Amino acid sequence: MTGGRLYAHSLERIIPGFAEEAPVERCVVHEKISFMNEGSCTTMDHTNVASEDPAERSYTVLRSKFDPWLAEKAEDEGANYIPGIRVDDLIMRDGKVCGVVAGEDELEADVVVLADGVNSLLGQKAGLVNKLSPHHCAVGVKEIIKLSRQQINDRFGCTDKEGAAWLLAGSPSDNQMGGGFLYTNEESISLGLVFGLHNISSVTKSIPQMLEDFKHHPMIAPLIEGGELLEYSAHVVPEGGRAMVPKMVADGVLIAGDAAGLCLNVGYTVRGMDLAIASGEAAAQAVIKAKEAGNFNSDSLSAYTKLLQDSFVMKDLDLYSNTPEFLDNSRMYNEYPDMVNSMMHDLFTVKGQSTPVRKSFLGHLRKAGIMNLLKDGWKGVRAI
Amino acid sequence: MSDIVNTDIKLGVNKFFVDEEGAHIKLKDDADRAEVKKLIAACPAGLYKIDDEDNLQFDYAGCLECGTCRILCGDTALESWEYPQGTFGVEYRFG
Ligand SMILES: Cc1cc2nc3c(=O)[nH]c(=O)nc-3n(C[C@H](O)[C@H](O)[C@H](O)COP(=O)(O)OP(=O)(O)OC[C@H]3O[C@@H](n4cnc5c(N)ncnc54)[C@H](O)[C@@H]3O)c2cc1C
Ligand code: SF4
Repeated sequence: MTGGRLYAHSLERIIPGFAEEAPVERCVVHEKISFMNEGSCTTMDHTNVASEDPAERSYTVLRSKFDPWLAEKAEDEGANYIPGIRVDDLIMRDGKVCGVVAGEDELEADVVVLADGVNSLLGQKAGLVNKLSPHHCAVGVKEIIKLSRQQINDRFGCTDKEGAAWLLAGSPSDNQMGGGFLYTNEESISLGLVFGLHNISSVTKSIPQMLEDFKHHPMIAPLIEGGELLEYSAHVVPEGGRAMVPKMVADGVLIAGDAAGLCLNVGYTVRGMDLAIASGEAAAQAVIKAKEAGNFNSDSLSAYTKLLQDSFVMKDLDLYSNTPEFLDNSRMYNEYPDMVNSMMHDLFTVKGQSTPVRKSFLGHLRKAGIMNLLKDGWKGVRAI
Repeated sequence: MSDIVNTDIKLGVNKFFVDEEGAHIKLKDDADRAEVKKLIAACPAGLYKIDDEDNLQFDYAGCLECGTCRILCGDTALESWEYPQGTFGVEYRFG
């Protein structure tokens, strides 16, 4: 599963113009970011016409529609797609990975590319992935809620092919690290939240309850009113950034996508699919090179690491290496949403008392702590 | 505030192929209660429960295969965690 937004650039490199043919939902043209607390919500709302350059666009996707299309594309190029099989183990000889085991079957291979997601049991078996820490992981829960195309257009101010992406900090994740998300699909919306697992001992309610309360928030409830639940899903998100990236190659094996921790949460956007696609491409290039050289040991396969290093994948992970620490700050999910919402409330409330707005603003700023604001603001600017 | 969430209703909408023969997640018999509390709060499917007799209940049918319990309590409360065998488990029809 995923949250819902695919940044097109990496797939655009491999299949130019893919979105004209692929089952994508809507092109994202509306961006919203909110600070939310129990009773209020303050939103920054940005709209941009879809970029002329298809590589600069992003689309909402439903993976169960999108992935089979992609698999078919790969099959057209000669790949063999065998779904519904669990790989149980790796074939190892003299410390080299030589294939995979699935039930009674064995499949020998010169090289295995592990792309088995964040819970990479196979990556652990290969000695690449270490035990995952709750500090590096969040859990995401999501509902797909059916609404008609027209309801979505009306409620989100969209046209048929265009849609919105929305992230919300504060009460959705029980005022702890994480946040809510909402993406518009063609005839449904993906509504969910992520929650940083290291804070699980200090929650006031369970994670499914958080989602339920988020849905009942006075600002969200009318948006999903009359909608029908189609699916409830959940998955862990690797959010450790650069700090959790494992060893990428060993003899006969490479690791890609979430299995290698290649995922980025920078607060205003969550990205993993574009990194997974790019790492898959780099792995394929490295394997082709290794095949030409007739050598599949880790030295030869380390071309993969080099390719990743030179691509946006590692560059972005390096660029945002401070963000996980910056985002792990309870003020961002507690004091600041309260502060922003109180300020907005005062700004828009007329009650017959002549209090200067600047005075009430100052009070709210003081409550959150002016030093904290400056410190966090400075950290924030440096983290992105 | 909303009502108390009923995850069973939500799971009822999903499509599951339950492997009646084999549990893909096994709990330790003497799982530490503090750890279990984490699982009760975290499991998106709400599959970890304490019953009226203070016994820990866990049903792997309905598992969303997210991996949360594995990451939180893989060593402390779980005996084993794996994906269900091929063709079993949750089938996401939207994703
Ligand atoms: C709630 C949530 C919101 C997100 N939002 C976004 C977003 O908006 N945009 C974005 O770009 N990214 C987002 N991400 C991240 C993104 O979903 C992942 O980065 C991406 O799916 C990783 O792709 P992957 O192919 O590496 O792993 P996965 O998509 O996890 O695929 C791994 C596959 O391997 C299978 N598998 C595992 N073990 C075995 C085995 N032993 N045998 C056979 N098969 C196996 C799994 O069943 C799974 O199908 C989000 C993630 C979550 C959970
Ligand atoms: S994998 Fe996820 S859904 Fe399944 S039991 Fe563990 S926490 Fe619950």
